[in-house]
Amino acid sequence: MKGLLALIGRDLKLATRVGGDALTLVLFFVMVGAIVPFAIGPDRETLARLAPGIVWIAAFLSMILGLDRLFRTDVEDGSLMLFRHAALSLESISFAKLVAHWLLTALPLIIATPILAILLAMDFSTWLRTVLSLLVGTPALVAFGTIGAAVTVSLRRGGLIAPVLILPLSIPVLIFGVSAIAADTGAGTSAAALLFMAAISLVSVALSPFIAALALRLVED
Amino acid sequence: MTVETANPKQNWFSRLAHPGQFLGWSKGFIMPLALLTLVLFGAGLYFAFFDSPAEYQMGDTVRIMYVHVPNAWLSQFVYAIMAASALGTLVWRHPMADVAAKSAAPLGAVFTALALFTGSLWGRPTWGTFWEWDGRMTSTLILLFIYLGIIALWRAFEDQGRAARVIAVFTLVGALNIPVIKFSVDWWHTLHQPASIMTSGSHLPASMLLPLLLMSLAFTTLFLTLHIVRMRSEIFRRRAESLERRAAAGLAAK
Repeated sequence: MKGLLALIGRDLKLATRVGGDALTLVLFFVMVGAIVPFAIGPDRETLARLAPGIVWIAAFLSMILGLDRLFRTDVEDGSLMLFRHAALSLESISFAKLVAHWLLTALPLIIATPILAILLAMDFSTWLRTVLSLLVGTPALVAFGTIGAAVTVSLRRGGLIAPVLILPLSIPVLIFGVSAIAADTGAGTSAAALLFMAAISLVSVALSPFIAALALRLVED
Repeated sequence: MTVETANPKQNWFSRLAHPGQFLGWSKGFIMPLALLTLVLFGAGLYFAFFDSPAEYQMGDTVRIMYVHVPNAWLSQFVYAIMAASALGTLVWRHPMADVAAKSAAPLGAVFTALALFTGSLWGRPTWGTFWEWDGRMTSTLILLFIYLGIIALWRAFEDQGRAARVIAVFTLVGALNIPVIKFSVDWWHTLHQPASIMTSGSHLPASMLLPLLLMSLAFTTLFLTLHIVRMRSEIFRRRAESLERRAAAGLAAK
């Protein structure tokens, strides 16, 4: 447990002290959201109707953009080799990386959603539901991303492969994520979608460290 | 006892699955399988075009079914074969499992694309649309994306042995999609009709079932033929590569 926390702390420290990647990601997220009104016209009603989908797409794209550095730097500076011989199992290490990655890529985006909410003319209750659905859904995206990053970690020219692999798997999250935001029509559909997404998140977060560790192990030997 | 462990008697399976042995016995299968495929296609197409009734609502467009359903069935069957090979790669680390998985991927992608293509051709006159975001169509499209991702992954790795193990992990993760496709028509009651062929009594009359089964068999044997040919050429390719490497190493040593 101590090792796990230390590893998460290390990743957070590395990310906040070097380069400021987390902030760049937030910038990208806001920019994607801000570009959409140029593409579909600044009509407030249309924007408000499309806003949940736009926010989800923006979050989706920014998280996929950040995927590559999940294990890449550890491979390059040799930390992954050390991890493999550490007392901590590779599964726990993958889990720690997953948690750190969520804290670095998903949480800043969720904190930045009020900016998009204003730009896209969202009302307060829609924004609240968007934040809730992002909170519940992003762990699944990070979990799938961990698998994709682990599978492609040994590829030097694999920058585009991980997103291509992860996108089809993440489609269910997107479907349920957006339908969880839609105003409840009384039939409880959005609550059901939220619960479904929570189930996907829990299962994928629980299983993906094992799959990622398997892939990491297979890559090296 | 010690003699036996030192020189284990190979069972029939590992004898069959040895790459050299495989090249030997599979050679004799190609021609008969190809002939069987031709005969099945001939019979299936004859029944599909001339000896099966037109549907009373859809008319002659129902004949697209005889191409669409076999392709859709193969799109999932090929993935099942890839998933089984992935298990073989991970559990037994068998090189033939790698070869089988690698050569199945492009075939599966083609069958999936054909299933989507014939489906949209069929959907236009009957549903009035080429495409609808219905559960089964969406999940089949996802299957196509997964196939294409796997092919891209195979091409991205230089070391094919390492590629096989990593891709096997991903193939098994992607296999989650197969039950979703299977049950999509029951979970979401949208446009695509539920299965018409069941083990207990089918909704199709015998005159339509016969060409459908013939065509499904024909496409399956077509896949088997192509798969064996592709596996053989993959083995030859690997041998040629290792010969090249050896020659290069020999030159370097001199």
